[in-house]
Parts: sequence; structure tokens; C-alpha cells
Amino acid sequence: METRSYPYAIEMRGIVKRFGPTLAGDHVDLAVRKGDVHALLGENGAGKSTLMRILYGLYHADSGEILVDGRPAVIRSPKDAIAHGIGMVTQHFALASPLTVTENIILGRTPNFRIDMDAAHAQVQAAAGRYGLEINPRAVIGDLAVGQRQRVEILKALYREARVLILDEPTAVLTPQETHQLFTELRRLQQQGLSVIFISHKLHEVMAITNRITVLRHGRVAGNVETRGTDERALAQMMVGRVTRPAVKPPAVEEGDPMLRIADLHAADAKGVPALQGVNLTVRAGEIVGLAGVSGNGQSELAHILSGTGEAGRGAVRVGEKEITHADARAVMAAGVGRIPEDRHAGVVGDLSVEQNLVLEHLDDFRRGGMLDHKRIRSHARALIDAYQIKAAPGDRIRTLSGGNMQKVILARVLERAPAVIIVAQPTRGLDIGATEYVRRKLVEQRSRGAAILLISEDLDEIMELSDRIAVIYEGRIMGELTGAEATTERLGLLMSGVAHAALGAEA
Amino acid sequence: MQIRIEHRPSPLWLRTLIPAIAILSTFLLTSILALLVNVNPLEAGYYFVIKPLSGRTSALEVLVKMTPLALTGVAVAFAFAGGYFNIGAEGQLYAGATAATAAGLHLHGVTPWLALPIMLAAGFVAGMAWALVPALLKVRLGIDEVVTTLLLNYVAIFGVSALLNGPWRNPVSQWPQSPDIAATAIFPRLVPRSRLHFGFLVALAVLILFWFVMRWTAFGLRMRAVGLSATAADFAGIPVPRTLLTCALVSGGIAGLAGVSEIAGIHYHLIDAISPGYGYTGIIVATLGQLSAGGIALAAFFLALIDTGAQTVSRVLGVPVYLGDVIQATLLLTTLAALLLQRYRIRVLHATSRSAEGDA
Ligand SMILES: Nc1ncnc2c1ncn2[C@@H]1O[C@H](COP(=O)(O)OP(=O)(O)O)[C@@H](O)[C@H]1O
Ligand SMILES: [Mg+2]
Repeated sequence: METRSYPYAIEMRGIVKRFGPTLAGDHVDLAVRKGDVHALLGENGAGKSTLMRILYGLYHADSGEILVDGRPAVIRSPKDAIAHGIGMVTQHFALASPLTVTENIILGRTPNFRIDMDAAHAQVQAAAGRYGLEINPRAVIGDLAVGQRQRVEILKALYREARVLILDEPTAVLTPQETHQLFTELRRLQQQGLSVIFISHKLHEVMAITNRITVLRHGRVAGNVETRGTDERALAQMMVGRVTRPAVKPPAVEEGDPMLRIADLHAADAKGVPALQGVNLTVRAGEIVGLAGVSGNGQSELAHILSGTGEAGRGAVRVGEKEITHADARAVMAAGVGRIPEDRHAGVVGDLSVEQNLVLEHLDDFRRGGMLDHKRIRSHARALIDAYQIKAAPGDRIRTLSGGNMQKVILARVLERAPAVIIVAQPTRGLDIGATEYVRRKLVEQRSRGAAILLISEDLDEIMELSDRIAVIYEGRIMGELTGAEATTERLGLLMSGVAHAALGAEA
Repeated sequence: MQIRIEHRPSPLWLRTLIPAIAILSTFLLTSILALLVNVNPLEAGYYFVIKPLSGRTSALEVLVKMTPLALTGVAVAFAFAGGYFNIGAEGQLYAGATAATAAGLHLHGVTPWLALPIMLAAGFVAGMAWALVPALLKVRLGIDEVVTTLLLNYVAIFGVSALLNGPWRNPVSQWPQSPDIAATAIFPRLVPRSRLHFGFLVALAVLILFWFVMRWTAFGLRMRAVGLSATAADFAGIPVPRTLLTCALVSGGIAGLAGVSEIAGIHYHLIDAISPGYGYTGIIVATLGQLSAGGIALAAFFLALIDTGAQTVSRVLGVPVYLGDVIQATLLLTTLAALLLQRYRIRVLHATSRSAEGDA
């Protein structure tokens, strides 16, 4: 048949997708050759996930068409996509954690009411072997590491006879070592004729694993090149549209006083499982300490406790001489801690206005004769909107703001009070390049002012760019600390995967 | 062709239009009913909303009916604004009415300057007390307040019934109604030859206080923050449980005042049917009024108008008074629908040959 020789597995033509005012897809064209690993590269918010969700039937395009093997395809739901041989591993896995690998894989595909479990295990085992994915079919998902869960997701797609596999930022949750293994597996799958669409915003990964690259910027195709014929510089240029300027960090001043001291801190997560198991960490005035780690190793719990919204167990947290281990948000702020939360939307009240959100933490300072001083609340907002270049009016409901502007509001609210200690988590997640640079510059400014900053981030580049010292957290413990100069991706990666400091010396 | 409902943020103008949209669609929907019983909808509409206002007696009667609705409306709104879903205003009203009766029975010879505040305080405290248990269950144990406050309504209503058929049964008539309260505890009339009483001023004062708290106090803003996002409020250092507890108790207290007002202003003794569901209608009033003082005043007035109009309509056009209830219920449904739809938009997608979706 002629389709056999047809060169493209997937073609998307003129895809348009609008979310209210945002144009997430603006006549996007994408052609994926059979047997290629094809990168979809772009900044956060460029529209990569949206485009792939359309291909997988999770979203519907406003216009445009999709061809599978050269034939127009109607994809209204993931079911249609699967029928067309398309599989997707989304950013958030869709696995049932109390069930086993096999159960997850055959879920919804069982022809009979009764399931022959042994036969099913064997079948899954065979499929895993065929595709070269190392998996124990009887393992319970909840017990697996993130990298293994991802492998289950991939196998699930392959088991449903996917010939095109979409991976949405698969490496975001992996250690460098796990990433390496994923790449080995992908190459093997590629040799078996599978086409892969690989979403990432990391240049070196894209250079390492793909054959062809489509670059998205603000919902539009900014470039479409062979991997062999390009380099990271050229790709970066296409991604951001201009050359990036790293936040300029002045050299470290002399050692400041220890401002934030965490000693043997323990805590449990929401399910009661130990999340922090004896964290020791000190942050001095005038330095940025980066806390690196794969997500889910206790960072969130630590940030919550330091922000006064978490539940600490044993151990102590001190700010200066004040103990805040079990303090609530109000007391933590009173002790001189400024907090920039990991989840922006949980840090502001979306349906209140910008000016109200700017004063919410310190309403008592904005009263006159017992009544709210609306005039001063407004002028306060005006001044901060000006100073922090926030694109919004004081009366706008804050949830109508873009991520970058919302983050600036939070920054303004925190920084205007010149806190001695700043706890900042994932400060640039989901922001565009301009806002990212702005936020980073502000943090460096605060460091020069003498603030003690704890930067919790899953973005290694960000950590390496900003930190004077880097601590790595793994399973609720600090695995090791490196100075900014010592830190390399490899060394951090080993610590992030739980290889202790002592062993590191031997490896390095 | 395909119809899809999509999420979208609602612009301000749309939100202010909600009541108008709701009222208009209610009119259209209930017109069908009117037509079914061979009544001209426009004529019915005239008797419902214009006629009551054209005479002195009926216009004042609208204000009389508005009084308990404004009070329960504010009671519900105060709780809802803080994110506490108090469905128990009806029970809290009964508690307030019972306490006011108990107090009123013992106020013979006390000057009204003292008697009226005592009546109000008794009702407020009783309403608060009735709201206390569900509020504590919610704040301490996270037990859903919708169910508990609702169930306590029946406890209150049947409790009153037991009281009236037992210790408080009228010794003379043997009717299930309490003896009359002391004359000095009775709310004075505001306008001669009408039923409009002091309770109306209480309702106005409560409306103004509600506006003041929401607009001018730090507590009001904190409470709204808690209602809109408890997580974000907690992050901002607002004591969420304490705020919820305050909302719940004040809400109960205000509902209790509605009970006082019915006893001291209208009936002068406790009866089984002291409220024809004012506590529930308060939910309609608060929702229709979008939790704002002005909106609640308007909504309470409008519902009172329909209530009054229903009497006239049934007399003149010979349709059942229950048409009034149908209109109120329809109004709640259309308001809820409009509130829901303001957050979404309906899109009709037409299949085109170039569409990625085609027509299946
Ligand atoms: N469900 C949605 N509703 C509204 N806006 C959305 C939705 N999904 C994505 N967007 C917006 O579309 C743009 C592209 O998002 P996305 O496809 O997730 O980008 P990427 O995956 O490249 O980071 C962003 O501005 C995002 O805010
Ligand atoms: Mg994405």
C-alpha cells in the first residue's frame, strides 16, 4: 500500500487554539517523520503541551487538520488517538498508585470480566522485554520511583500499540542518571520503528536525543531544523527570539551572620509519611543558598514549615535568635521572613484585587481610626505597581494577571518590607524569559542588600546561576553541600539521586 | 455541529447584570404557567410588581414582608462571604424566636428602652447558640456544615412544636401557641394603621452594619479572603478557623434577630409556623443579592413584593397563591444558572472541511 512508503507518521497543519485572550496555537505546522525522535522545543508557555494535547484528543483545535500516515484523522478524545496509534505520557502521570504495574497497563483493556492475572503478568513481562523496558509487572506503582513510573506509562502506551509516542517534558522529573537511561530506551524504541515526539525546553537534551527539532515561541513555529545542522546557540536564539542575558551576580561579600538556621528538622507529609528526616541547613546574610533536588524529596514540606503553613515535627528552625519551628504565618512574618510560595495561586486570593492582595498580610498597618484606609491602600498599590513594573491596575482581580505579573505582585508584597530572610520556592516556574530574568535580578539585588535567601528550585540551571552555595536534598535529608564553583550538573545529579558526598569524592 | 461549554473569567458588567437576567428569564418561564391557566402574563406581572406599590397599605405591607427576608438574607450572606455554608438560618430563626418569647413573657413592667434591647440580645444569643455546634464541628473536625446546619433546622422546628404542645400550650384556648409577650416587649409601630414595625429599622441597621463591615473593616476583608481561598488566606497569616467561627456565629445571631422581629413585631406569641421558610428564602435573597448589602436589600424587597403580589393576583385573577412560591423558586434556579453560566460560555462549533475535528 502507498501509506507504507508515506514518509510522515504525523502531520499537523495550521493548528489554531485560543484560550480566552491567549493564542496558544497560531497556525502551527508540525510534521513528524516515521522513526524520528522529533523535538518540540520551547519556553514554558510556548504552547507545546497544548499542541500535543490536541494531537492526543485532550483539547480540540479551533481550526486546522491532523493527518496520520497521510490520511486525515478525526481525533476527539484520547480513545480516538489511541485508535490511530498515538500514545502520550503527560506531565502528570495517570497511574493508579495502589495497583500493580500489570493492573495499570491492562486497566480498561480487559475483554472479560474475569482476569487471568498470571497470564496478564506474563503478557506485560513479554511486552516489556520486547521493548527493552526493565519493569517488574507485579510491583505496586506507589512503591516505584518516578523514573520507573514513567517507564510504566511508556509501556502502557506501547501496549496499546502506539506507533507514535508523545513524551511531555519527560525529563523534568528525572535525575540526570535516569534521564540517561530514558534516552537509551528511546534509542532502542526508535530502532524498532517507533516515532517519538519529545517535548523539552532543555537544549542539551534535545541536541542529544532528537533527529529533528520544531521550535515554538508564543504559540507560533519559530524554527524547524535538522538536529545535525544546528547547535544550542542557534536553538536558544529561536526559542527566546533574542540573546539571553544571565542575571549579573556581583562577587560574594565577606561572610555574613547566620540568619536562618535549621537544625535536625523532621516532618511528615500530608499522608503521614516522613518527608523531612533531620534537615540541617544554615543561610547567612548576603548569600543565596540553593536547595536542589528532584521534586517530592521534602522541598515542599520544608518550604511550608519555613513559611508558617506547615506542621513541623522534631528539630528547630531559628531566624536570628527567634525560634519559628511551630510558628504560624503571622509569627513567621513578624520574625522577619519573606515568603514567595511555590504555588503562586495559593499565595494570592485570585478574586481579590491587586491592591487588596498587596496589603492582605499586613492589614493592620492600613487602618485609620479602626477603618480600612482605602486611599492609602490604593496609593500603596500604585507605588508598587510602578516600582516593580507590574502590568495591571490596582483594582484588577489578581487572577486575571499573567503568571509573570502575578509573581511580581508577590515579589513586591514581600520585598518592600526588606525581610532579613527570604524563602523562595520555584520562583520562575512557568514564567516567560523576560519575567524570569526580572525575578532573578530582584533576588540578586536582595542578596546585595544583605538578605539571607533560601532558593528552593527544581531548575538546576537557575540554582547554579544564582547560588553561592548549593545544598541537595534527597528523601528528606541534605545529601551534601557544594559551593557555587564546585557545582557541576554531574555532581549535583549524583547527589540528587542519593549518592552521598563521600562516594562523590571517589567518583569525581 | 457541536455545542461545548467552556470556562472563562467573568467580566464585571456581566456579574452586575445577573439579577436582571435572572428576573427576565423568570418572567418568561413563569409566563408559561400563567398561560396554562389562561392568565395574561403581562396582566399577572402588573399585579405582582406594580399593583402592590400603588397603594399605601400594600406598599407598607411589602416593607413588613421584607423585614425578615433582609435579616435572613444578611445572615446567610455573612456566612457565605466567609465561605461558611450556613443552611441553618431557619433553625436559628426559630431559636431566636423562642428565646425572644421566653424573654418577652418575663418583661412585664420593664421600660421598652430596656425591654427591646433585651429581646434583641436574647434572640441574637440564641441564634448564635444554635449555630455553635455545627460551627465547632466544622472548625475542629472538618465536618461539612451544610448537612449539620440543615438537620438542626428540623430539630429547632420540632423542638418548638414540642414546646407549644407541652409547657407553652395556651392555657385558655388550648391552641399550640404560647401566651402573649409583655406589652412593653412589643416592637412599636412605625406608621399608624399599618403593620410596619421597629423590626424594619433593625433590618436596615443590620444591612448598614453588614455593608460597613464588608467595606470598611479589616475583618471584612479577611473574611472575604477566607471565603474565596482558605489556603491563600492561611498563607497570608489570617486565622482561618477563628474567622470561620466568627462568621458562623454572627450569621446565626442575625438569623435569630429575624425570629425576634417576627415575635415582637407581628405575632406577639410563639406559634408553630412562625416562619414560612424565611431562613431558606434568605439563601435566595443572599444569592440574588450577590452577597452585597445593597443587593440583599433589593432582593429582599423584590421577593417581598412578589409575596404581597401573590395575594392580589390570586384574588383578582383567581390563580393559586402558590404561584408566588413558584416564582421565588424559579428565581433561585435562574439566578444559580446565571451565576454558573457567567463563569462559562456556550460555544456552538460548526464543522468545516478544514476543521481538525470534522463532523463525526
Ligand atoms: N486549559 C487552559 N486554559 C487557559 N489557558 C491555557 C490552558 N492551557 C494552556 N493555556 C495557556 O496556553 C499557553 C500555552 O501553554 P502550554 O501549552 O501549557 O505551554 P508549554 O507546554 O509550552 O509550556 C500558556 O499561555 C497557557 O497559560
Ligand atoms: Mg507544558
